[in-house]
Amino acid sequence: MFAVGVVFFPLLGAIIAGLFGRWIGDRGAQLVTCGGLILSALCSWAVLPGAVGGEPYTVELFRWIHAGTFEADWAIRVDVLSAVMMFTVSTVSALIHVYSVGYMAHDPSVPRFMSYLSLFTFFMLALVSADNFLQLYFGWEGVGLVSYLLIGFWYTRPSACAAAIKAFLVNRVGDFGFALGIAAIYLVFDSVEFDVVFGAAREFADTELVVFGGTFDTITVICILLFIGAMGKSAQIGLHTWLPDAMEGPTPVSALIHAATMVTAGVFLVARCSPLFEFSTTALAFVTFIGATTAFFAATVGLVQNDIKRVIAYSTCSQLGYMFFACGVSAYAAGIFHLYTHAFFKALLFLGAGSVIHAMSDEQDMRKMGGIWRQLPITYAVMWIGSLALAGIPIFAGYYSKDLILEAAAAAHGPFAGYAFWLGLGAAVLTAFYSWRLLFMTFHGAPRASGEVMGHVHESPRVMTIPLILLAVGATFAGLAGLPMVEGTGEFWRGSIFVLPEHDALEEAHHVSLLIKVLPVIAAVVGIALAYLMYLRQPDLPARLAGALPSLYRFLLNKWYFDELYDRLFVEPAKRFGHGLWQGVDVLTIDRLGPDGVAASALTVARRAVRLQSGYVYHYAFAMLIGVAALVTWYLFAV
Amino acid sequence: MAVPLSHYLTVAAILFTLGIFGIFLNRKNVIIILMSIELILLAVNLNLVAFSAFLGDLVGQIFAMFVLTVAAAEAAIGLAILVVYFRNRGSIEVEDISLMRG
Amino acid sequence: MTIQLLVFYMFAAVAIAAAVMVISARNPVHSVLFLILAFFNSAGLFVLLGAEFLAMVLVVVYVGAVAVLFLFVVMMLDINFVRLREGFLQYLPIGALIGLILLVELILVLGSWALTPADVGAVAEQPVPSERTNAEALGDLFYTDYFYLFQAAGLILLIAIIGAITLTLRDRPRVRRQRIAEQVYRREEETVDLRKVQPGSGI
Repeated sequence: MFAVGVVFFPLLGAIIAGLFGRWIGDRGAQLVTCGGLILSALCSWAVLPGAVGGEPYTVELFRWIHAGTFEADWAIRVDVLSAVMMFTVSTVSALIHVYSVGYMAHDPSVPRFMSYLSLFTFFMLALVSADNFLQLYFGWEGVGLVSYLLIGFWYTRPSACAAAIKAFLVNRVGDFGFALGIAAIYLVFDSVEFDVVFGAAREFADTELVVFGGTFDTITVICILLFIGAMGKSAQIGLHTWLPDAMEGPTPVSALIHAATMVTAGVFLVARCSPLFEFSTTALAFVTFIGATTAFFAATVGLVQNDIKRVIAYSTCSQLGYMFFACGVSAYAAGIFHLYTHAFFKALLFLGAGSVIHAMSDEQDMRKMGGIWRQLPITYAVMWIGSLALAGIPIFAGYYSKDLILEAAAAAHGPFAGYAFWLGLGAAVLTAFYSWRLLFMTFHGAPRASGEVMGHVHESPRVMTIPLILLAVGATFAGLAGLPMVEGTGEFWRGSIFVLPEHDALEEAHHVSLLIKVLPVIAAVVGIALAYLMYLRQPDLPARLAGALPSLYRFLLNKWYFDELYDRLFVEPAKRFGHGLWQGVDVLTIDRLGPDGVAASALTVARRAVRLQSGYVYHYAFAMLIGVAALVTWYLFAV
Repeated sequence: MAVPLSHYLTVAAILFTLGIFGIFLNRKNVIIILMSIELILLAVNLNLVAFSAFLGDLVGQIFAMFVLTVAAAEAAIGLAILVVYFRNRGSIEVEDISLMRG
Repeated sequence: MTIQLLVFYMFAAVAIAAAVMVISARNPVHSVLFLILAFFNSAGLFVLLGAEFLAMVLVVVYVGAVAVLFLFVVMMLDINFVRLREGFLQYLPIGALIGLILLVELILVLGSWALTPADVGAVAEQPVPSERTNAEALGDLFYTDYFYLFQAAGLILLIAIIGAITLTLRDRPRVRRQRIAEQVYRREEETVDLRKVQPGSGI
């Protein structure tokens, strides 16, 4: 029962706030949605021990599609994986709802915002509690939709609208792959239910599928298609371009959707489909490669960004890469563990950034901040905690998960494991560097903002700081609390994550050399030291470095020119194609043959016919004469 | 019959055609049109009388009589209309009469 | 070649020539005069055919009344000499084509001769009586079999008179007319008024 509550309380809140927002007012909407989410979170806490301690179970809701052999029903699956996810999602979402009450207090459309947040949570929970691929896809699409709605929340801003469309379209590319994957699954397994598919995966392990004339390993095809969907949703390299622009949305949106939950759906998908992925080394290698490359790439871009939210966005992108390459080396548990800890500290970082932005009168450029740590003590403290967790400093949450991932990569034997380890390590250095760069630029040094702005700097109200503090607690202790997830040989997961015995990276991770265990921490410390040097000791060093390596600096600043590349490859041709179709086909051909053409020809014919009406009598007499001649001719020859 | 019927009919046909030419070939004035109509009616009368003579049937001539009557009446009305038109418009040039232009 | 044929050719030729001149003469008065000539020659053709009453009626009515009416109108409307305007030739080709088609068809019809002169007289509706003159024979028919049509023709002419007068009658304001009825119904009291006038003062 609690499981049903977890999923549906947010929906209830969303409906009430969305449809009746005008009658219940801002306060009412906030109460309803926050109440719904808190109830949902409490239910998820109730479900978790039961799922961990007992067998997985499914709560059937009702029939959906029964067409031939294709059957998909609405059900809530409660196993360890989904319980952990539900716990993470609902808890973080509840805290963000409460935070939003304060952050969006002055916004004109509060009920709409709160409704969207709750609706999003519902879709995400439907996604993680799905019992079949179609329901998962429903949730998947739903979160994409609400992401679009929330990124473009301030829809009067053209940049917000453009960012929302960009997010949706790029997601669509991924979703297309995902849909193909589901179709492939149905083709091969004749069902889309998890139990059936995962149970039969082993039988199809070495079979082949013919795709467009080429034969490929079945499971590889399916997994790569599914992973393309994950790439889109989780902003991996290639389909990542939407994530930085998604920062157009309000900060709570960035925290909820683009840090803690939606973007992690891809990782969840891979973990959920571990029974499939395990049987395709090619797919796992691909996942590892993409994850590692993304981790490093995003970290390099985050080094030079000036918008506080963008730094954190690239950080998210990078951490997602970690999660993916963890799954790629079959350490799914480590990936989910990092997902769970990351949700806390990344949401914390975003909300803290929101607090800073709120204090600096909506300024987001770090170059215009500085010297406010005394005035924002709580924000400053929680930002430190979040950054420590992110960098992987011992005790804090990120240490356990991130370290484990790197150890697993070192211990794994897969094709790209070593590649992943070194790139991950490099990214760790960069992560620490840019996190402290953010801290120093934002809070320390001489104030670079105008006096007027500095005069308004104030700590956020309690409704915002309490969630921050709670998240900070999570960021600190979630790691310790979640250690059972990655101990032993995965009995914690009770079969919801499947790992082949020969893929023992996670177990071996616990036995790697001491050097490898310590390297990530050293990397983090190095990064922090560098940041301290460049931003506190010698603040002119960054500028000199940028001046010395201008093209590298620009390359990083422009995000490796991905946007420009895509613009040239896809956007401009698509626009030209659309324009061509519009002008050439629609206007010239269809309109000309259809409405315009008919109207114009009616006019032309009428004009020609008018010439008969000359007004001259002798013309009329002539016409009569021609008629007579015709009549006589016909009479003579036809009658 | 010294003169065969066909001769008379040919003459009538030619007169008829000339009348028709007169209606639309003239670019001068409307009176020519009315006169052409008279020519046409004359050709028809000739035809009727020729047949009457050759068939020995007086009906043709009676009919021709009535045609004559109607032609006279129509000429009178037509000219009256023309006169009134001229009074109002000042011209009976064929090309100027285009008030009914659509 | 009998004299009849010769006379026929003469009348026919002149009639056709006159008709051509009617439609192509520049001076409208000439047109009317050529029309009169065409009528005269047609009357001659009628006489050749033995329909002398109709020939005389043609001369009296058509020439004497209709053609004269044309002449009156032509004179009254002050129509000028009109030079041949351009555009005449524009219609000539198609007009000629149409006319030619009609002419050919009319003559073609002659080819399908349904009734030969041999069995003439047997199907005549009103056969020509042998002892009466043409006028008498026609009179016999007009006042008996075709009387109603005769009266109707008179009615048509009456309507034509009324119509022509109504169309062209102008009410000239400066012309004074007698209104007989008013004159007759005038009463003494309205007309004459006796006044006592003092000597030396006016009315």
